[in-house]
Amino acid sequence: MHSIGSCRICVVEVEGARTLQASCITKAVDGMVIKTNSERVQKARKVLYELLMSDHNKDCLNCKRNTSCELQELGKTLGIEQSRFEGEQSSDPLDVSVSITRDLSKCVLCRRCVTVCNEVQGTGILSAQNRGFETVIGPGMDLPLGSVNCAFCGQCTVVCPVGALKETSSIEKVWAAINDKTKRVVVQVAPAIRVAIGEEFGLPAGTRVTGKLASALSYLGFDDIFDTNWAADLTIIEEGTEFLNRVKNALTGKKSVLPMITGCSPGWIKFIEHTFPDQLSHLSTCKSPHTMMGAVVKSYYADKLGLKPEDMFVVSVMPCTAKKFEIARDEMKNNGVPNVDAVITCRELGDMIKEAGIDFINLPDREFDAPLGMSSGAADIFGLTGGVMEAALRTVYELVTGRELPFDKLHVTPIVGLERIKEAIIKIENPLEQYSYLDGVEVKIAVTSGLKGARILMEQIAEGKSPYHFIEVMGCPGGCITGGGQPRSSDPEVREKRLKNLYDEDESKTIRKSHENPYIVSFYKEFLGEPNGHLSHELLHTHYVKRGKYNEHTDETFVLDFPKPEKSGVKTVKPSEPLGISDTFKTRSREELESVTILSLEAENKKLKSELEDTLETVDILKRVIADYVQGK
Amino acid sequence: MDNKVLCKEDCEEQKKYDEIRNVIDLYRGKEGCLIQVLHAAQKIYGYLPLELQRFIADALDLPFSEVSGVVSFYSFFSVQPRGEHTIRVCLGTACYVRGGKKLVEHIQKTLNVELGGTTSDGKFTFEVARCIGACGLAPAIMIDDVVYKQMTPTKLDALLAKFNERGGEK
Repeated sequence: MHSIGSCRICVVEVEGARTLQASCITKAVDGMVIKTNSERVQKARKVLYELLMSDHNKDCLNCKRNTSCELQELGKTLGIEQSRFEGEQSSDPLDVSVSITRDLSKCVLCRRCVTVCNEVQGTGILSAQNRGFETVIGPGMDLPLGSVNCAFCGQCTVVCPVGALKETSSIEKVWAAINDKTKRVVVQVAPAIRVAIGEEFGLPAGTRVTGKLASALSYLGFDDIFDTNWAADLTIIEEGTEFLNRVKNALTGKKSVLPMITGCSPGWIKFIEHTFPDQLSHLSTCKSPHTMMGAVVKSYYADKLGLKPEDMFVVSVMPCTAKKFEIARDEMKNNGVPNVDAVITCRELGDMIKEAGIDFINLPDREFDAPLGMSSGAADIFGLTGGVMEAALRTVYELVTGRELPFDKLHVTPIVGLERIKEAIIKIENPLEQYSYLDGVEVKIAVTSGLKGARILMEQIAEGKSPYHFIEVMGCPGGCITGGGQPRSSDPEVREKRLKNLYDEDESKTIRKSHENPYIVSFYKEFLGEPNGHLSHELLHTHYVKRGKYNEHTDETFVLDFPKPEKSGVKTVKPSEPLGISDTFKTRSREELESVTILSLEAENKKLKSELEDTLETVDILKRVIADYVQGK
Repeated sequence: MDNKVLCKEDCEEQKKYDEIRNVIDLYRGKEGCLIQVLHAAQKIYGYLPLELQRFIADALDLPFSEVSGVVSFYSFFSVQPRGEHTIRVCLGTACYVRGGKKLVEHIQKTLNVELGGTTSDGKFTFEVARCIGACGLAPAIMIDDVVYKQMTPTKLDALLAKFNERGGEK
């Protein structure tokens, strides 16, 4: 899919071809004679690499990707020990949004992010701007990422080979909370983390490390180690009830919006708010599991401890960059207190564990803490495409018919797998008496992951042609297991492996259905009352905002101010300023390097002249003062 | 009174957008038509501001970043209003050594305009050019399509005055 071949490091000599060919995009044909290691190839690769580095901010020691950088690795592979080409470097500002940080001084213009954004996700936020030396990858017209219709899915941060695209770090904020003795710091982890975090420590792709993960969190100093899975079970009860109500209303002629679409994936939510702002009523009103958890921690659990919501600090470890945006939303606050205070990605948690010097691989297993750490197998599969739907069906089907979902090992086979759009029909027969109106009803469901598939299903809905009743959407292809905050993997089968292992995690549990989780049952008895009840609506349900493609319906943006230390010794880094629209034009008009140099020299000359004048004036004044003083004496 | 003026401006704006929409309707669905559309749109509107780029992106069902990518790639496209006339001072080697940069400085001072900018009265847009192939006439400048030879600050003042007068007659 990615067929751009812009870095050309992989050039090879093809017999008969005049120039060296980039092997990544040249198709092999019968009888082709290729030299992969000739003198010409070796020399060319080195020169190409050095040229690539000549316009690269070589601040490796201060880079997040130090030792995990593909460019660095490449230099080592090629045996580069010098950089001969020094010269002007393009001035590339830093752009920080709540979710994603762009540091273009490190960008090598490989355009993988452009491919993933345009071809895979179909969102088209990132594209090459300007020309030649001035080329940058960005949303156009120098607009900051936080001000455009970027979903913050973070897939670009996964494919970036260098430190140019990454999550906006919350690590310092989390350390500060842990070290603040006045705060009760609660941590929760998303289901997809337990089959991915091991990769940060060299374990094979998809290794299940749930017990070690809980241990590591405890060693990091969190007060309560909870599991977002518990809240996933809660979500199923709330969302399942909501779905049944919508279907009931539709069947009894009342006002109802179908299909209902899941809203657990904040990147997907931002996408629909921008792209289909008139279809928001299709979204389930349920908050995502980790914000539900936050809301419960800061009400139910805080009450239990006798603490105020403000004294609690909730950290979510998520496979997702968009979750950082989600917690910044006004809709994810109760009485002005945010449900969740900080989101760190799986990669960031890996960094924190390393920073703390914890030997992750050799950690003993540990359980999550009660009461908000216990979950069913249905919650585990929230982290993979089709999982939320399957979990919901396990509960809803049994609730309605009194019988278990009729599938082998409870897996709804048609919606298992990594295809873009999956669908299934579940026929309800012989329901319990109170659901008799559902007898014979065929529930049509669809599951998609990745925003390209989401767009297809939404276009059907917008045209009034959607055949479905219930749709699950996850913003990242494959679901959360391959979310934008997950470890960058070189294993081509990483999706399949994480998927399989998360299903295994589900099957390894005795309780496989959300409504059978005893901690959920007692939570309703003790606190919430009934699903979709008054308290549920106050704490666990929300609404969304019409944004529009160009934010025409809202003034809200998600650009962050960023404190960046002034660098005195490094002439290559221009003091970073927020991107302004006017910059484009200035940049573009620099057609002639010469003239720019002249103008800047002249400007400096002028500045120095005026400084000299000022100084002379000061000297004059001082002279006069001294003269006066002498006279006075 | 103010309202009337506003309406007039709005109507003109609307007319331009309608005209651009007609052009887009002609091209829609044809592969690689973006450059032609942008070309026509700049001719009609004068330049390609953010809003117009978004309008074109929507009408052609393209991502905005792609449209702005093309606009920023080609130096012919402008994202800021252009003056009635474009002054290009040649800074090729010959013109440079014969005083091109003095002309640049002079224009910046007398017209109070930045490089790449447009004067506040909308009269002139000021740019520099690579060699315009008139090295024998160095230092040369171009105003719109006409080359003026062996330019000096004094001659330039007189020339610009002429353009200003002509504008006055209009």
